[in-house]
Amino acid sequence: MFAIKRLNAWLGLAFISVVSGSALAAGQPINMTPGVTDISAEVYDMHMIAFWLCVVIAIIVFGVMFYSIFAHRKSRGVTPATFHESTTIEAIWTIIPFVVLIALSIPATKTLIDMYDTSDYDMTVKITGYQWLWHYEYVEDGVDFHSKLHTPNSQINNDEEKGENYLLEVDNELVLPVGKKVRFLITSNDVIHAWWVPDLAVKKDAVPGFINEAWARANEPGIYRGQCAELCGRHHGFMPVVVRVVPEAEYKQWVVENAKPESATEYAAISE
Amino acid sequence: MSTVAAGDHHDHPESPYSIKRWLFTTNHKDIGTLYLWFAFIMFLIGGVMALVIRTELFQPGLQFVDPQFFNSMTTMHAIMMIFGVVMPAFTGLANWLIPMMIGAPDMALPRMNNWSFWILPFAFAMMLSTLFMDGGGPAGGWTLYPPLTLQTGDALPFVILSMHFMGLSSIMGAINVVATVLNMRAPGMTLMKMPLFVWTWLITAYLLIAVMPVLAGGITMLLTDKYFGTSFFNAAGGGDPVMFQHIFWFFGHPEVYILILPSFGVVSSIIPTFARKPLFGYASMVYATGAIAFLSFIVWAHHMFTVGMPLAGELFFMFATMLIAVPTGVKIFNWIATMWRGAMTFETPMLFALGFIVMFSIGGFSGLMLALAPVDFQYHDTYFVVAHFHYVLVPGSIFAIIAAVYYWLPKWCGNMYSEGLGKTHFWLSTIFVNLTFFPMHFVGLAGMPRRIPDYALQFSDYNMMATIGAFGFGLSQLLFLVLVIKAIRSGNKATSQVWEDAEGLEWTLPSPAPYHSFSTPPAIK
Repeated sequence: MFAIKRLNAWLGLAFISVVSGSALAAGQPINMTPGVTDISAEVYDMHMIAFWLCVVIAIIVFGVMFYSIFAHRKSRGVTPATFHESTTIEAIWTIIPFVVLIALSIPATKTLIDMYDTSDYDMTVKITGYQWLWHYEYVEDGVDFHSKLHTPNSQINNDEEKGENYLLEVDNELVLPVGKKVRFLITSNDVIHAWWVPDLAVKKDAVPGFINEAWARANEPGIYRGQCAELCGRHHGFMPVVVRVVPEAEYKQWVVENAKPESATEYAAISE
Repeated sequence: MSTVAAGDHHDHPESPYSIKRWLFTTNHKDIGTLYLWFAFIMFLIGGVMALVIRTELFQPGLQFVDPQFFNSMTTMHAIMMIFGVVMPAFTGLANWLIPMMIGAPDMALPRMNNWSFWILPFAFAMMLSTLFMDGGGPAGGWTLYPPLTLQTGDALPFVILSMHFMGLSSIMGAINVVATVLNMRAPGMTLMKMPLFVWTWLITAYLLIAVMPVLAGGITMLLTDKYFGTSFFNAAGGGDPVMFQHIFWFFGHPEVYILILPSFGVVSSIIPTFARKPLFGYASMVYATGAIAFLSFIVWAHHMFTVGMPLAGELFFMFATMLIAVPTGVKIFNWIATMWRGAMTFETPMLFALGFIVMFSIGGFSGLMLALAPVDFQYHDTYFVVAHFHYVLVPGSIFAIIAAVYYWLPKWCGNMYSEGLGKTHFWLSTIFVNLTFFPMHFVGLAGMPRRIPDYALQFSDYNMMATIGAFGFGLSQLLFLVLVIKAIRSGNKATSQVWEDAEGLEWTLPSPAPYHSFSTPPAIK
C-alpha cells in the first residue's frame, strides 16, 4: 500500500511537470498567426482576447476550487457546512457571464460584418477545388492554371530527406498584388473542399454547384502557405495552397507573361 | 450472485450460469452489465483505431498505412467511440441505476430492454465487417458529408443499415428510460426529489427520441442518392450538399449533449458524497440541464461557419452558441459551491470527478473560443477542434463513466476495488490524456488541418508528444480492466452504504444489490 501511495505522489508531480514541460518544449509554433491582412490581425486579436479571458476565468474558478480542495478536507478535521442554495449568488453567477459574453460578441460581430463585405473589390480570382488540386482563374486578367502539390513522392515515402516546405509547396503559386482587395469566388468540381490560407484569415468551403465568396487584402509581399481544410478523400492531406503576394508592377508583368487568350477554351475542356 | 441466500428464489436469475441467462434476460442489472461490458470492448477496439492514427502521425511522412485506410480509421474511431462506447455505457449506467434510484423493481419495458441491447453486437459486427469489403470501410468522416461519402464502395449500405440499428437501439433505450422515470417512481418520489442522474438521463432520453430519427432520415437520403437516383444532396439534380450538413448537425449537436448530460448527473452524485455536503443549487442544476437541452436544438450550424451561410445565419448561431456558456457555467459553479466548506476526501471516484470538472472546463473554454464565428474561420477543421472535442469527451464523458464505475462498483458486485491502484489509474490517465490532447491545441492553432495522414515539418514535435500520450493512455486503461475484474472476484466486502456520506435509495439496498431491486416500494422521506 505504501509503495502505491508513494507512486501516486510521484505521478502527481509528473503531471505538473508534463503540463508545464509540454508548453515549453520544442520551439515550434504554438499559436495562431496574426497574418498579413487587417482582418487577420483583428481575428488574431479577438483570439487572444478570448484566450486571456478564459485564462482569467480559469484562474478564478480553479483557484477557488483548489483552495477548497486544500482547505476543506476531512483530514484537516473540518466539519462540513450544510448550506445548499443561495438565490443571490446563483443570480450573480448567471448574470456576470451573460454580460461578459455580450462584451465579447460586439467585436466579433463587427469583424464578421467586415469579412462578409465583398464590395469594392479590385480583382477577382475564381478558385475551383478538384480531387486533389486547385484551379485558379483570374477573371479580369485572363490567366488560369492548375496548382498542385510539388513535394516528390520520395520525400513522402521517406526515401529522401524532407524539404523545408514539405507538403506545403505547389507547382504553380497563386500570384496576387499587394494592397489590392482580391475577391475569391470559391467552388468545387467534385466533393467539398475548403480553401484556407491562415495568413489571410480566409477559410471557405468549396461546395460543388454553389459559389462562395471571400476576400483578402494582403498588406505585405511574401509567400503564404495553407492547405485544404475539408476532408476530400484519399489525398486530402496533399493539396496545399500557396499564395505569392508581390508588388503591383511585378504582378502586372506576371500577368503579361502568363495571360493566354485560349485559356478560357482550355478550361471549358477540362471541366467537361 | 451465488452467495445470495439460496432459499429466496426471487433473488436469483433463472439460470445463473448459462449463456441463456444473458441472451434472454429481462433484468435491468443483467442488461446494464451487458451494456457496460459491450462499451468496454468497443472502447478497446476504438482505442486500437486511435492508436493506428497516432502511430501514422508519430512522424511526418507516410510510414504504416495507406491514406485511404487512415481516413477509414478516423471515421470508424469516431463511430465506435460515440455510438459504441459513450452511448451504450450511459445506457448501461441508466439500466443499473435508474430503477434503484427511484425505488422501482426494474425498468418499465424489460423485453424491449433486452432487444435494444442485443441489436448492438450485430450492428457493430456489421460496421466492423465493412473494413474488409471492396473499396474499404467508410472513409468520409463520421459526419458522412456527401458527395465524398457517396464515393464509398460496397461498404456504404452496410454502414447506413448498421447506423439505423444503432439509432433504433438508442431510441428504444430512451423510450424505456422515459417510461420508467415517468411511471415507476416510488410513491413520494416527486420529480424534484429525483437524483440529478435520473434528471439528466430523462432529458437525454428526450433528446435521443427527438434527434435520432433526424439522423435516420439524413442517412436514408444518402442511400437513395447513391442507389435510387434521387438528388437530395446533388446540385446537378437540384439538390444541395450543404442541406445534408444542416440535417446531420440538427442531429449532431443535441447528440453531443446526449454524450455529456448524463456525465453531469454522475458528477452531481459523486461530489456531494465526498464533500459530505448536499449538492448546491439542485433546482438550478435541473433548470440548467433543461436550458442546455433547449439550446442544443438552435446552435447546430456553428459546426458549419465556413460553408458560406448568410451573415444573419452566422450571427444567430454565434450568439446562440455563446449563450450555452451560461447554463454550463452555472453547473461548474454549483459543483464548486458544493465542495466549498465541505469535508472532502479524495477516493478514486472523487478524483475522476474533480478531473472531470477541470478538464471539461478546459474543453468548455476552447468551446467558447470556437463559438466566435470570425475566429472560427481560423480554428475550423484544425487540430484545435480535435483538442476541443476530445477534452469534453475523454476527460469529460469517459472520465465521468469511469468515475461512475468506481463509485457504484461496490454496490454492483459487493466488493471494494483497490483504492491505491484506482488512484494510480487516475493519475496515469490524467497525465497521458493531457499529454495526448493538450499539444493538439498548439498544432491546430499553428495551422494543422484535421483528418490528414501526413503533415508539414513544423508540427512534428507536438504530434510525437501526442502519440506517446495516446499509447500511455490506452495502456493505462488495461489497469482499469484488471482493477474491475479483481473487485468482481474478490476484495473487501462493501457495506450497503459503501461511502460514508452517500445518500440515495440505491445505498439503502444491500451490496451487492439483490437481483430485483425494490419489490415493495421504499418509503421516501
